[in-house]
Amino acid sequence: MSNNEAFVSIRGMSFSRGDRLIYNNVDLDIPRGKVTAVMGPSGTGKTTLLRLIGGQLLPDSGTIKVDGHNVPALKRGPLFELRKQKMGMLFQSGALFTDLSVFENVAFPLRVHTDLPNSMVRDLVLMKLEAVGLRGARDLMPAELSGGMARRVALARTIALDPEMILYDEPFTGLDPISMGVTVKLIKSLNDALGLTSILVTHDVEEACSIADYVCILSDGGVIGFDTPDNLIKHGSDQVKQFMTGEADGPVPFHFPAADLAEDMLRGNSGA
Amino acid sequence: MVLNQLQNLGKAGLERLQSLGRAGTFLLGSVPWGGPGSAGFRDLIKQIYSIGVRSLSIILVAGFFVGMVLGLQGYTILSDFGSEAALGTMVSLTLLRELGPVMTALLFAGRAGSALTAEIGLMKATEQLSAMEMMGVDPLKRVITPRIWGGFIAMPILALLFSLVGIWGGAYVGIQMLGVDEGAYWGNMQASVEFYDDVIKGLIKSLVFGLVVTWIAVFQGYDSVPTSEGISKATTQTVVVASLSVLGLDFVLTAIMLGGV
Repeated sequence: MSNNEAFVSIRGMSFSRGDRLIYNNVDLDIPRGKVTAVMGPSGTGKTTLLRLIGGQLLPDSGTIKVDGHNVPALKRGPLFELRKQKMGMLFQSGALFTDLSVFENVAFPLRVHTDLPNSMVRDLVLMKLEAVGLRGARDLMPAELSGGMARRVALARTIALDPEMILYDEPFTGLDPISMGVTVKLIKSLNDALGLTSILVTHDVEEACSIADYVCILSDGGVIGFDTPDNLIKHGSDQVKQFMTGEADGPVPFHFPAADLAEDMLRGNSGA
Repeated sequence: MVLNQLQNLGKAGLERLQSLGRAGTFLLGSVPWGGPGSAGFRDLIKQIYSIGVRSLSIILVAGFFVGMVLGLQGYTILSDFGSEAALGTMVSLTLLRELGPVMTALLFAGRAGSALTAEIGLMKATEQLSAMEMMGVDPLKRVITPRIWGGFIAMPILALLFSLVGIWGGAYVGIQMLGVDEGAYWGNMQASVEFYDDVIKGLIKSLVFGLVVTWIAVFQGYDSVPTSEGISKATTQTVVVASLSVLGLDFVLTAIMLGGV
């Protein structure tokens, strides 16, 4: 894949949290205009990856370029400008502002970043809400919404400023099958209709594979597979196959690194 | 063992210092208006309402009772010396110089400070602050700045109202119940309360307290561990740290203002 096609391009990126190395010298390209699903066992830092791309966390070393801008090197002002113009992020909880109604939540980025007249803001908000099927819920407060609806409102808010890329943090977690189906369909159709680049962090292999153009599998501080879903299932390494098929133990260890069990038990009360 | 304890002490010290440094840069970053997605005048008014106006009931009721107690105690002490006529002077000076600013700040820390910490901590825990950042809106400018200014503006007004109601409370007890001469109460007060030395200096105190208490409250929320335990700890911390800071600062400010020590 050449660099021009990549919307996000990560080179030699390392990141550690405390003593734990989360990413070790990672190279990764996220293609423009496609849906890329980032998967991997819990604790491999999938959400961390989104926060690194969004500039909320700084890597220890390496570059993270979003549409040519090296995010970790940006100062506060340009970073906020880049987020405003190019990025949107959908949080797992939806992260709606609890003191604002559904309508005002979606209108928030428009009101803050533009000087559009009220009538125009209203039209835009209703269009975005229509896109997620919740135009009728505009007067509700976030506390009155179900989890799936809250996430759709958040999605409408995320697309309010027409970003070029949307980062989805666990968009399918905790949804009932219908909401899940709706969300899957929405992500795909928004991506295609608006020509977005979507990065999807998720555990749901089946749903992700149904809409993702590419799948990226993370483990042990690096990328262990990056390809189309079909290719990964057919030709991936053992570790990748283990993940895609959901085996409990295999190359990806079931146990968190620890001392030998027998030794640990015999140590008795001398340690924690 | 000793080495371990030393290490822990050093670690705790370093953490305190770091947190102090974070609090300092936090304040510098959040006091100036302007920046990505900065808050507007309406946000400030909204904060003055929720921080100031909604604290009115507790401030007014507390002020009236404190004034009544001052009237009772003052009368008992002063009548031993036959100088009940000085009751108005005593009540008003005590309130304007000390009790007004200090009591208001303490009540404010409990009422508005804890609410601010919990609100911001919850916004952090529910990723609302992160969501703002990712929308290109700086939460420091959007959420924190209007709250800090709201507290800074509301506190001196609340303290003045506290003193005002307190003086009425003292008058009610002194004049209506204990029979102090009404003319003496108000007249002596008018003759001995200096605008700059008493009223303005009290106001300066409450401006400082307003800034410090609000700063501590919003910083504790912003810096909290985003879990229910973390937020409850941060809220407690706000009330404890803010109250102690107010009492400590009150001594320092009084010493400076009296020109003694």
